[in-house]
Amino acid sequence: MSKPDANNPFAITANEIRGRKVERFIRFITLGMTWALILPVLFILGFLLIKAWPALSVGFIFDNPEKNMTAGGIWGPLIGTFMLIIVSLLIAAPIGILAGVYLNEFARDNWFTRFINLAVVNLAGVPSIVHGLFGLGAFVYFFQMQRSLLAASCTVAVMTLPVIITSTKEALASVPQPFRVACWNMGASKWQTIRTIVLPNSISGILTGVILQVARAAGETAPILFTGAMISSRIADSGWASMVPYGLEDRFMALSYHLYIISTQWQNVPESFKFGTAIVMIGLVIAVNSISIGFRIYLRSRKKW
Amino acid sequence: MLLLLLLDRNTTKGNLSFRRSFQQLQDRLEPVVVGVIYICGWSAILFVIAIFVFVFKESLPAITGIGTEIAAGEIEVEQLDLVEFTTSPRWIPESSKKPAFGILALIVGTLSVTFFSILLAVPLGLGAAVYVSEFAGNKTREILKILIELLAAIPSVVWGFIGIVIMNPLITNLSGEAVGLNILNAGIVLALMSVPIIVSVSEDALRAVPDSFREAGLAMGANRWEMIYKVLFPAAKNGLLAAVLLGIGRGIGETMAVLMCTGHSVNMPTSLFDPVRTLTATIAAELGEAVRGDLHYHTLFLIGVVLFAFAFIINLTADLVVKGVRDQSNV
Repeated sequence: MSKPDANNPFAITANEIRGRKVERFIRFITLGMTWALILPVLFILGFLLIKAWPALSVGFIFDNPEKNMTAGGIWGPLIGTFMLIIVSLLIAAPIGILAGVYLNEFARDNWFTRFINLAVVNLAGVPSIVHGLFGLGAFVYFFQMQRSLLAASCTVAVMTLPVIITSTKEALASVPQPFRVACWNMGASKWQTIRTIVLPNSISGILTGVILQVARAAGETAPILFTGAMISSRIADSGWASMVPYGLEDRFMALSYHLYIISTQWQNVPESFKFGTAIVMIGLVIAVNSISIGFRIYLRSRKKW
Repeated sequence: MLLLLLLDRNTTKGNLSFRRSFQQLQDRLEPVVVGVIYICGWSAILFVIAIFVFVFKESLPAITGIGTEIAAGEIEVEQLDLVEFTTSPRWIPESSKKPAFGILALIVGTLSVTFFSILLAVPLGLGAAVYVSEFAGNKTREILKILIELLAAIPSVVWGFIGIVIMNPLITNLSGEAVGLNILNAGIVLALMSVPIIVSVSEDALRAVPDSFREAGLAMGANRWEMIYKVLFPAAKNGLLAAVLLGIGRGIGETMAVLMCTGHSVNMPTSLFDPVRTLTATIAAELGEAVRGDLHYHTLFLIGVVLFAFAFIINLTADLVVKGVRDQSNV
């Protein structure tokens, strides 16, 4: 280690040079770690897409599985997943949004509120298969819904509730307090303030959370395994009956369960079908997530405060 | 509720008297609406309790005993031996002669897969978090965060599929093992699955450290790495610990990916190339075949209770650890 230059106290010392080398090295290593996470996934997606290419066509999406799933397409499971998403959304969105409103607007800062927040965190951390057990014990048997679309949707709704609660809470918290105070000073009641000022100003943030719920609901398998998903059901090929093939009390096919079945339990399914199903699922989820990301960017650009 | 909002919007264009009466109706309903909001607010507690109660209720007969009438007046009671349940590695639930219900091998399976995945995911996740929060420019940061979020969006059944069709041949080719569905496979897949949560939580923890800490560190003559290592890490240690805990929670609770990637054989593992079976996968694979009401069925629910307890403890600890951060930063 050399001493600082006597003539120039600002000259770079060997110590500083070494420090910069370390810094550059660490920067390089952490960048490498980041790419070590992202590159394999991009590679995997590319591989899946190439393998799925022979199967991907309009018919693959709009035809029903035929001949023991060795021909046809994935329309039945796809529409089942859509219906699961919609029904679970109808259940979870109102409860979740109102719970977020309660936590941000009504709850005082005390032990009880902390308890609720803890419950939300724990609800988010319960393993998905335990949600499945809960759905089986509570909705299927106790509330006697049998194995049905409704029971599965209720189960998925409970599972996705914390996502909606947390993001609603954050969206509401980003509305500045002076907005509310101004409204109260005009003589508006608490609910009037929420309805006319707070909710309209945070609606994009709330929708982001709801969309994330949709993505999660679309991909989950474990909670619907025992609460309503079925391997195969005959549904109509065209007309109204093919658009809404399952009633609330029917069992249904779902994309995630379909992929599980054809990739582990079923014989003689063409390989491209499995890859095609996986790609459609990934595409669906990425599309939904992109909408949510787009919303967030739009929200940030539009913010006036 | 959204409908009410929409109606409200539309009525602003409609005639005034209707709008006023509608507003009055809404004002009169205010106590009802507020009541509903309170109930929804408390619903999270209700659901957590309900999950525990219903799963526990279904598992209870396994502990108290199930009476089956084999002949008139003769009742055979089947009961789970709790000592065997927790300490035996033998899990043979469907044996007609002498079924065995020991979950030790399943717990070891769960822990070994989770441990291996955390071993991979924590260094990579921390490194990525450091890069994203300390080195990357604003644009790069946004892009990397979006890519990592997409990683989180891939459904677990697709990860399982990836384990079967990509990792499996890769492992058999590289190692020469006959089957590539084992701890290694599931651990790598699980690591990629739990990395997003580790990155996002630890990045939040790093960003929560005030810039004055960084400036003070750099002003003392530390280089960037010394500043990160000696200032940021200690300041953010609780948040980083919470990130690791949440990653572990994710690993223990994951179902479909480990069901498809671990090889699914009950086994006390001795190497990375051994197939194992996890608690979650056992429930997912066997509940469909178990007859409702018999010992096997109730025991699977008891495994659910065990999983619930694991998740509860981990989340509680993570929450307390994070709260520690908040208390510190208030000082």
